[in-house]
Amino acid sequence: MSKKIVSMNINGKKVEEAVESRTLLVHFLREKMNLTGAHIGCETSHCGACTVDIDGESVKSCTCFAVQCEGSDIITVEGLAQGGVLHAVQEGFYQEHGLQCGFCTPGMLTRAYRFLQDNPNPTEDEIRVGMSGNLCRCTGYQNIVKAVQYAANKLREDAQKPVTA
Amino acid sequence: MNAPDRKAALQGMGDSRLRKEDARFIQGKGNYVDDIKLPGMVHMDIVRSPLAHARIKKINKEKALAIPGVIAVLTADDLKPLKLHWMPTLAGDVAAVLADEKVHFQMQEVAVVLADDRYIAADGVEAVEVEYEELPVVIDPFKALEKDAPVLREDLAGKTEGAHGQRYHHNHIFTWDAGDKEATDAAFKSAPVTVTEKLLYPRVHPCPLETCGAVASFDPVRGELTTYMTSQAPHVVRTVVSMLSGIPESKVRIVSPDIGGGFGNKVGVYPGYVCAIVSSIVLGRPVKWVEDRIENLSSTAFARDYHMTGELAATTDGKILGLRTHVIADHGAFDACADPTKFPAGLFHICSGSYDIPAAHCTVEGVYTNKAPGGVAYRCSFRVTEAVYLIERMVDVLAQKLNMDKAEIRRKNFIRKEQFPYTSAFGFEYDSGDYHTALEKVLDAVDYKSLRAEQAAKRADPNSPTLMGIGLVTFTEVVGAGPTKMCDILGMGMFDSCEIRVHPTGSAIARMGTITQGQGHQTTYAQIIATELGIPSEVIQVEEGDTSTAPYGLGTYGSRSTPVAGAAIAMAARKIHAKAKKLAAHLLEVGENDLEWEIDRFKVKGSSDKFKTMSDIAWAAYNKPPAGMEPGLEAVHYYDPPNFTYPFGIYLCVVDIDKGTGETKIRRFYALDDCGTRINPMIIEGQIHGGLTEGFAVAMGQLLSFDAQGNIQGNTLMDYFLPTAVETPHWETDFTVTPSPHHPIGAKGVAESPHVGSIPTFTSAMVDAFAHLGVTHLEMPHTAYRIWKELKAHGLTH
Repeated sequence: MSKKIVSMNINGKKVEEAVESRTLLVHFLREKMNLTGAHIGCETSHCGACTVDIDGESVKSCTCFAVQCEGSDIITVEGLAQGGVLHAVQEGFYQEHGLQCGFCTPGMLTRAYRFLQDNPNPTEDEIRVGMSGNLCRCTGYQNIVKAVQYAANKLREDAQKPVTA
Repeated sequence: MNAPDRKAALQGMGDSRLRKEDARFIQGKGNYVDDIKLPGMVHMDIVRSPLAHARIKKINKEKALAIPGVIAVLTADDLKPLKLHWMPTLAGDVAAVLADEKVHFQMQEVAVVLADDRYIAADGVEAVEVEYEELPVVIDPFKALEKDAPVLREDLAGKTEGAHGQRYHHNHIFTWDAGDKEATDAAFKSAPVTVTEKLLYPRVHPCPLETCGAVASFDPVRGELTTYMTSQAPHVVRTVVSMLSGIPESKVRIVSPDIGGGFGNKVGVYPGYVCAIVSSIVLGRPVKWVEDRIENLSSTAFARDYHMTGELAATTDGKILGLRTHVIADHGAFDACADPTKFPAGLFHICSGSYDIPAAHCTVEGVYTNKAPGGVAYRCSFRVTEAVYLIERMVDVLAQKLNMDKAEIRRKNFIRKEQFPYTSAFGFEYDSGDYHTALEKVLDAVDYKSLRAEQAAKRADPNSPTLMGIGLVTFTEVVGAGPTKMCDILGMGMFDSCEIRVHPTGSAIARMGTITQGQGHQTTYAQIIATELGIPSEVIQVEEGDTSTAPYGLGTYGSRSTPVAGAAIAMAARKIHAKAKKLAAHLLEVGENDLEWEIDRFKVKGSSDKFKTMSDIAWAAYNKPPAGMEPGLEAVHYYDPPNFTYPFGIYLCVVDIDKGTGETKIRRFYALDDCGTRINPMIIEGQIHGGLTEGFAVAMGQLLSFDAQGNIQGNTLMDYFLPTAVETPHWETDFTVTPSPHHPIGAKGVAESPHVGSIPTFTSAMVDAFAHLGVTHLEMPHTAYRIWKELKAHGLTH
């Protein structure tokens, strides 16, 4: 099958690869880029285990072709921590026991990362709705809600800190 | 450091220690089966039957083989020379690996395609042509037992004896009973009050977020087979693979890497695993197979599908005199339940529950139908969910008949604290419990009286927009299978194991026969060792899942990790502790009797400055052991539990049902669990939240249904209900602690209780909302549509 060259920014790094038009983004990330954080749970856009951030939006990478992402900025769970420091959402999930088997976690984290930029001060109900595209079979969501609240608080505190030179 | 600080630094039992597993999962560095990529690896995909019952007339591979990149297509005929076209099941039956002449359920495995990548393999699956001749389909297990029902299992023709006794019909698998029939019949004959109710526990699926899969790699030069797979029981799989393939067990390595949830779905050995292994042996290359969600829901192990009739006999003031129950168990096309060998209906005979019932008898009949095989323990000990549903529903039904309060009837019939250890009419020896105290704690916490008053007011008000229901369940589980005198799987006694090595510098590694799927073993097992040996949890590594390094164990399911493997840890640690004491006595130049243990050290009695820490002792074990003592500080223990453990819980739920739409709001759910000694309260609470949520899904929405042609309805996440954060209620948790007297650390296991206990609680609440209208039972799932129909039947809505 013929291939097309696609170029995109993944976690701040420019990549250029030849892919078949039918290659799904999730397979491209996992198998070509060796970024196995995004998982496949349903292939029908329901479970959200494959969620990544594309150009400032949460996208389920199991129902998106790699060739659709030409020129895009993509952030995966592997790109959340910066300079060896965990992102607030990662810290929140760890501190609040927001994960068990870990399979949904990368999708939950990338979703929470975007959700908190869209709504930095959410209520519990808003968190539940905002995270409802991502399924978890282990936690019952209660600690995921707490984890997102933890991250929201931390991000707000960090934003108020004076910038030191 | 003072003693309390030293104790806290260990992060031992009782500490809500944050999880050791999380660092890799939150950074996308987990290692699940589909993350494994080996050099030269090919992909396998499966051709499945569109029909539920049909004869295979012809399979044409040519078009598939003509696709560039397709390497091979294998069918039952290709597996026949290897005698691998059928395989034994854990229940003493056989199951087709690839359909042999006939398909028995929709989505059954018919052929496999091997190709360079997963896309080409999928193309190959499309191109394989199979000609079928349709046969009459049997979906209803009652119809399956009719005299002229179609013969489903032609391979069993003429076999009147099954793995569990006589078969009286060509679609009958077994009849199993427990208890005392005569005494029970007598109790019913003389009882002033009897009730009976038919209850269906519908077919559901555990549906972990990660589907099943394997990467099999056979090295033809060394003759060694390594298989990474989604297995809750890797050691048993190794034994099975060795027996089936003829490869010595020493050359078979099964690795369960990170597992994305199991819930019972990953206990069995599925055709996909076997085909991946055979394909790797045939091709001499690594083979990856990962099923998709539709395949997972359609073909791997379902749970439940029990058609139960419950009966209780009682006095007029509500003392239960007898329990009788009969079950038609739909096992699908092959009997592939994963139960201990002697128990074809698992531990269903725990169905006398938390109650002191003098006479009881149960009968379970297993039946073949044209549905996928399974009948696994979905987040429960074997068939305990069905048992708890039965007894808890029946106690409610009896209370209703006698116009008694559900709490009152339970108080009246509970096994009393002083009766433990208590032997039930079915022969289980309940280890410990205090049901009355726990019940009162819950009733006080929710102000039960006020709730009942509010409900009475709503019932009296015809303008109330809602119906209010209160569900109450007081369950006892039986977990931790199990004593090897009673429990085995394929002849392997259900012990479990632990090997601990303390290194010279005082850190340690523990290797286990179990495998975590989210339960946090790497965190909690280390806490047990920390308390037993005085080594900080932080420097204790826990490894499981690799049969080449871990001691043999039966795996993780049926809440057996803490009751069985947790005990093995404590026992192995105590062997090390005993040796450490000898070393300490040697180092301190005193007798062993002069020493006492304090948190992380042996000290000379009455002298707080003369001591040796476990770290000092570890160094000495490798450096200067006393004459006659072997160097090193390690131990292994295989633990055969003397009994099961019996965790219990009291759950209360308040629902509000919209009279107009039938939609239900869970206003409150209060769950009190008693799992004995608590190792990590944070993890326990997390497990309970998860189990309650799975229970909510089962009770309120999950169902694998079939049409008359055997087409499975709703096998995607579009239709199969997995609740999101929006539907999921808020959970309130509470606990009491009644340690198990026979377990080395008193722990009972917890993760399955919330699933087992919550499901009947929801039903109890839903029925309670309609109880004043004479409704005694409502079948699950309690969807808005079903409830709306019920409202309509009572003229409560238009």
